[in-house]
Amino acid sequence: MNNNSMSKQTNLRRARRGQTRRTIVQGALAGGLAGLGLAGAAPFSRARAAADASKWPKDAFSQKKQADAIRVLYGKTPEPSDKVSLEAPEIAENGAVVPISVSTTLPDVTSITIVVSENPFPLAANYPIPAGTSAMVANRLKMAKTSKVIALVESGGKIFSASKEVKVTVGGCGG
Amino acid sequence: MASTIRMRAIANGETTEVQALVQHPMDSGFVKDSKGNLIPPHYIEVLEFQHAGKTVFTAFWGPAVAKDPYVKFSFKGAQKGDDLIISWVDNKGQSDSVVGKIQ
Repeated sequence: MNNNSMSKQTNLRRARRGQTRRTIVQGALAGGLAGLGLAGAAPFSRARAAADASKWPKDAFSQKKQADAIRVLYGKTPEPSDKVSLEAPEIAENGAVVPISVSTTLPDVTSITIVVSENPFPLAANYPIPAGTSAMVANRLKMAKTSKVIALVESGGKIFSASKEVKVTVGGCGG
Repeated sequence: MASTIRMRAIANGETTEVQALVQHPMDSGFVKDSKGNLIPPHYIEVLEFQHAGKTVFTAFWGPAVAKDPYVKFSFKGAQKGDDLIISWVDNKGQSDSVVGKIQ
């Protein structure tokens, strides 16, 4: 290990002592932006398209029960499939940031949805998949407590699912 | 003001892998502040990616998506050097967008 990387590590340790994790993340974001040459770019001047909130499935997101959320979103009952792959940790040490990814080998996928059964609003994320886009998505979700996580894949007009229990450790300590 | 969106899109053969990180509180509406008052919900509802006039990926998000949300996906048909337009809108009507280059 050379001197340069050692001093970087020392600096990082100092930073961890003095700052909250949030400020580090923000610093990293700002640094990354500068690195990409995006800092200072006027958000609205060049982009002609804007995300359209009218397409957001409000009714499904406001359901408080997992089954209702799935019914409102798809109008169908999902059938379990081993072709749906759900990657989630066995134990989430921090319920505020749980990395979850979904992929599938099913053909003609038109959407991927992630449901966290025990959350106050179980529907967490819904991703329409247009033609040409891979049937795979990774994101990070919040989990209120230990819960079943369900991945739903809409393929050829049918809904397929995979689920996994994720234990959430209260307080975020690794025990 | 710096953009809230940081993205990296890498073309590898016919598939382009995109990773994006958005700076946003993603308040769920269930968390209290230091005075015991509920912090009202404030979260991104729609995040959209457009390439060559076509929407290649849409995320519909609820309050369960983690703070400073991250998403990864991949799509076909883009070339190195192409523009990728990323935009989001949240439940308070705030929005941001950025144009990034595919590497």
